[in-house]
Amino acid sequence: MSAGESAPGNRASSKVMNRADLCKRLVARLKSDEAVIGGIGNTNFDLWAAGQRPQNFYMLGSMGLACPIALGVAMAQQHRRVIGIEGDGSILMQLGSLGTIAAQAQKNLIIVILDNGTYQITGGQPTLTSRGADIVAIARGAGLAQSAWACDEKDFEARIDIALTADGPWLIAVRTDDKPPTGQTERNPSRIRDRFMQGLGVIH
Amino acid sequence: MWHDILLKVLKANQIRLVAYVPDRVLTPLISALAADDFFTVVSPSREEEAVGIVAGAWMGGTRGVVLMQTSGFATLPNVLASLAVPYQIPVLMVVSERGTLGEFNIGQAMVCRTMRPVLECLGIENHTIARDDELQFIADKTIQQAFLTLAPACLILSPLLTSPRPKGETR
Repeated sequence: MSAGESAPGNRASSKVMNRADLCKRLVARLKSDEAVIGGIGNTNFDLWAAGQRPQNFYMLGSMGLACPIALGVAMAQQHRRVIGIEGDGSILMQLGSLGTIAAQAQKNLIIVILDNGTYQITGGQPTLTSRGADIVAIARGAGLAQSAWACDEKDFEARIDIALTADGPWLIAVRTDDKPPTGQTERNPSRIRDRFMQGLGVIH
Repeated sequence: MWHDILLKVLKANQIRLVAYVPDRVLTPLISALAADDFFTVVSPSREEEAVGIVAGAWMGGTRGVVLMQTSGFATLPNVLASLAVPYQIPVLMVVSERGTLGEFNIGQAMVCRTMRPVLECLGIENHTIARDDELQFIADKTIQQAFLTLAPACLILSPLLTSPRPKGETR
C-alpha cells in the first residue's frame, strides 16, 4: 500500500505550515532536474525565493493553469518528474484539470496544492476551502486516487520522496499560513520561458 | 476531404499532441486523429486547459494543437494574453467556425463576432479557410510561421470548407 492510497488525511487536523519553508523543503529534495511549474502569485514567489533552478517555470498570469502546463510538460518528457504547485484559489478555477490528469494517468506528474484558505494576494478574501471544500476529496472524486493531505513537514517530505520515485499521478495538499511571500519572480516572460526550455534540454 | 488534408498537414509538421474540446463539425477530424498512432489525443474539460497543456508540451519539446469551436475560443483571451503571446509560445489553434452562414443560435452568432477582433488585438496570425484547394497551403505555411516566429496562430475553418456537399464537388 502506498502512502497516497493509504488515507486521504484530513484538512482540519493537518498542521498549518509556512509556504516558504515548504517550498525550500521541496526544492531541497529535487536531485534529478525535475521540472517545477509554479502557479501565479505567492506560490510562485516562494518557489522563486527557494532558489532559481533552470527547471522552474514561473507564471505571470493565466491563473489556474499550473496543473495543465505541468501535464503538458510531463507528457512531452516522460522520463522526467514534473511538479505543478498551485494555490487553493487557483486550482478552484480549474477543477476539471484534475479529472484530465486522472484520465491521462500521467505517471511522472506530481501536483502540490498549497491551501491557505484565502485569496491572499488580492486582499485576503476567503476561498471555498475555508468554507468546507476539500481539495483532496475533490481530487479523489476526480479520479486521482493517490491524493492526500500532508499532516506536517515530515509527512510532506516523506510524501514528496515517494512521489519522486513511485508511479503517479500524485496530489499532495498542505495547509499553509498567510505569511507574506519571501521573494518576487522576475517579470520577463520570454526569458523565463527560454531558461526553462534550456533547463529541460529543449532546443526550438 | 478537408479533414484528411488537415491531418496530413499536422503530421508533416510533426504536431503530435492534440488537445480538443468537442465540436460536431470537427468529429471526423478528431476521430481520424484518435485512430492514428502518430498522435496523442487528450480531451480536457475547457479550452483554457487545452492551451495550458499544449503550451507545456511545446516547452517540453512536443508540438501540439488545440481544436475547438467558436464559443470555446471566446474563453481564451486571458490565457492567450498572459501565457501564449508574452511567453512566445507557439500555440496552434484550429477553430471550427459557428455563428455565421446559417447559424440558428443567437448566442453563437454574437460570440462569433468577438473572435477576429480578439485575435487582431492580440496580434495573433489568423486565417479563415473556405476552400479545399487552399487548405493545404494556408495550414502548412501558417504552422511553419508559428513555430519559426514563436507566436501562436489560429486557423478558422469556415462552414464553406466544412459543411457537407455533394460527392465530388469541391470548393
